[in-house]
Amino acid sequence: MSVIYVILPLAMLMGAAAVAAFIWAVRSGQYDDVDTTALRLLHDDDVEPPHRPRSHSPRRQRGRHEP
Amino acid sequence: MPGAEITIDAPSTRAQASAPARPQVACAHCGLAVPSGLIDPAAAMQFCCNGCRTVHAVIHGCGLERFYRLRAADPGRAAAAAVSGRTFGELDDPAFAERWVEHRPDGLTATELLLEGIHCAACVWLVEKLPAVAPGVIEARLDLRRGVVRVVWDPRRTPLSAVARALDSLGYTPHPVRDGETRSMRRREDRAFLVRIGVAGAAAGNVMVLAFALYGGLFSGIEAEFAGYFRWMSMLLGVLALAWPGSVFFRGAWAALRTRTAHLDLPIALGLAAGGLMGTINTLRGAGEIYFDSLTVLVFLLLVGRWIQRRQQRWAADAVQLLYTLTPAFARRIESGGGPPRDIPLEAVRRGDLLEVRAGDTIPVDGIVELGASRVDQALLTGEPRPAAVSTGSRVAAGTLNLAAALHVRASATGADTRVGRLMALVEQSARRRTPIVQFADGLAGWFTIAVITLATLTLGVWLWLDPGHAAEHTAALLIVACPCALGLATPLAVAVAIGRAARQGILIKGGDTLETLSRRGLVLFDKTGTLTQGRASLVRWSGDASAQPLVAALEAHSSHPIAKALCAAFREESPLPTTDVTQVSGAGVEGLVAGRRVRVGSIEYVPEPARAACHWLNEAVAQCIAEGLTPVVVCVDGTVAALAAVGDAVRPDAREAIAALRARGWRAGILSGDHPQVVATVARQVGIDPRLAHGHVSPEAKLATVEAARRVGPVVMIGDGVNDAAALSAASVGIAVQGGAEASLAAAHVYLNQAGLAPVVDLLGASRRTFQAIRCCLATSLTYNAAGVLLAITGVINPLIAAVLMPLSSFTVLSIALGARTFAGSAPRRAA
Repeated sequence: MSVIYVILPLAMLMGAAAVAAFIWAVRSGQYDDVDTTALRLLHDDDVEPPHRPRSHSPRRQRGRHEP
Repeated sequence: MPGAEITIDAPSTRAQASAPARPQVACAHCGLAVPSGLIDPAAAMQFCCNGCRTVHAVIHGCGLERFYRLRAADPGRAAAAAVSGRTFGELDDPAFAERWVEHRPDGLTATELLLEGIHCAACVWLVEKLPAVAPGVIEARLDLRRGVVRVVWDPRRTPLSAVARALDSLGYTPHPVRDGETRSMRRREDRAFLVRIGVAGAAAGNVMVLAFALYGGLFSGIEAEFAGYFRWMSMLLGVLALAWPGSVFFRGAWAALRTRTAHLDLPIALGLAAGGLMGTINTLRGAGEIYFDSLTVLVFLLLVGRWIQRRQQRWAADAVQLLYTLTPAFARRIESGGGPPRDIPLEAVRRGDLLEVRAGDTIPVDGIVELGASRVDQALLTGEPRPAAVSTGSRVAAGTLNLAAALHVRASATGADTRVGRLMALVEQSARRRTPIVQFADGLAGWFTIAVITLATLTLGVWLWLDPGHAAEHTAALLIVACPCALGLATPLAVAVAIGRAARQGILIKGGDTLETLSRRGLVLFDKTGTLTQGRASLVRWSGDASAQPLVAALEAHSSHPIAKALCAAFREESPLPTTDVTQVSGAGVEGLVAGRRVRVGSIEYVPEPARAACHWLNEAVAQCIAEGLTPVVVCVDGTVAALAAVGDAVRPDAREAIAALRARGWRAGILSGDHPQVVATVARQVGIDPRLAHGHVSPEAKLATVEAARRVGPVVMIGDGVNDAAALSAASVGIAVQGGAEASLAAAHVYLNQAGLAPVVDLLGASRRTFQAIRCCLATSLTYNAAGVLLAITGVINPLIAAVLMPLSSFTVLSIALGARTFAGSAPRRAA
């Protein structure tokens, strides 16, 4: 049973690490806006350069007519 | 009021109205039906309005078509795009940059802009693609809930106005958010609070695990060595929780002691201190109860309760602040060297500047008209609903609304020196002077503390006499079970729930103490114009020949006078009759040939003498109109008097009912108005207010004085809409600003109604009372638990297990009462008009 003398401080240290991570997350502003972040997750970006040639492909036009 | 509503999407209403007529063609941008007149058979894509066409072109041109696919996945509220097409030149002014733009050490600049028209997840994606649309923008982060984007840009590559134009071209009209400092301060506070909750939660969880082992050992046996070890660990975590997150309560209690006010923190801190001390002593000596499990959970739960209340109040305050942001804060300066007028921020306007004020704009400064003639709506300052005519040489005041034509105004006073500015200073002063209302639970806390201390002394005395060895133990137990956990948790939660439900009904409440004041009874003072009445001219009564109405509508469509607009609105016709030969006589009326008949509409003096003499009822009817404070408008058809229209500021249809409901709840009602006393007395009679409590000709300063005098007697609720009562709104126990009011009321009032009419006021009073009934119920329950615990402690039969069960049980009961109370839920939700 004396292993508890090692296990318990170890568990406490792990808990402390989690709390430290939480504090870091709060202080770096990750909890300032929790609504938008959830949506941002959906915007997995196609890896494309931002300025593309202005093409008119029919596939894209169909997409535009969706309500 | 300009810019009061967040979404003004006229094109979409038009599109919806025409929807059922034909097979629907969806707009390629917003998806709403395209009006039949705008369908172009030759084009590949159809648009419901020019705004959508522009936005579509921009999105397509920048290769951002993904927006439409994202939006298809999240079919939110569709709205046609509104592109303002402004230049936003005022954002580049150094005076703006100095105050509202953050200059970062890496040479970049950042600011916050509120966007109109944000509604769904696809908007987030599109706005955050701003760097692709506006070169020079480094980053754009949108807060969807507030509709505020934080833009970081390189000032060497692009001016802020170009960034704003890019956002505008995407259909999101930007407005600068002018509250940078308070926001960053609040953000720091919020973060510190969250950290405290995190630490308290972690400590509570771990101490509970240890307590489990200890309680288990109580029944099945545990070696003293391990029990001692667990107790030491519990103490470590417990002391940490009390010293860091728990310090909030000790600081609150200390502040309450120093200012000699009652506060709920006082009994909480007493319990925490007694438990912490006793627990530490017992740990050190290795015997007795340690209490740390109860204490850490207590700290955690109380902090969570306060956090929820804080968030709810913050949300309402933010919503009001953002409405305030929507009001334009720029002026158009006419440069002395010629050239087109330049947009500059209000901060940059100087005395002696010549400004252009277009029709429909709010006049930004006190000044003298140098060019032009127009009518100015001064209701904000004077409460007088009828617009005043101004021409070259007239004085105009900041905050008033230019109605008819463009004016050139030479600024004689700007900013804080204007009359509005001085009034706003009064608002701030009275807000600062306002003594904070001791909240309900805090008021009780004083008695609670006294009772607990008395009982503790008694227990200590009795047990010292009976069994000195256990006296300290029993006293500490009493202090802990008497700790008003449920009370401390229930009050903020009940208030938070009420505020949240109110917000969903369009009632934005900025503080919890507001609800408490409203649950009592006292004096309600109404502003007249725009609060009890509609705030604009409309047809009140028509006496005479109804067949003349289409003729009047057709003729008055050719005039822009407010009375003409009121008559047109009253007799709206699908296809107006043909009208020719229209002549207007300023200050008299209008004449013309409508469908072959000669029609003349105007004042009594404008009626030809023979016609006037021939009509026997006319003089009496006109006299009656004047007595009621209405404007008589005489209609002559082919030389004979056909009818008399009484035009005036009509009383809101729900005003009488609302005031009757207020009186039934024990509130007295009165009027404070800047308008003529006779008109005020008439309105008072119409809505059922005692004429002795209805005061006319009251200046904004006198309103403030009246409210302050009345507050010495009892709670005063001021309900108003504008600058002329902003100071009074702020000084009242509770100031309520009605929808459509002036910008100033947003800052001054404690409650903002986001829906039309006075019915929400009645809702609010009823819900406040129900909220406080729920709180009282919580209080009774929690006191019963406390009393039971105290009895057990006094008799010395309490054991830690009973205490550990009693506390969550009482919290749970009280929470279910607080959350289940029918506060605002009783009334059906109404749409904001």
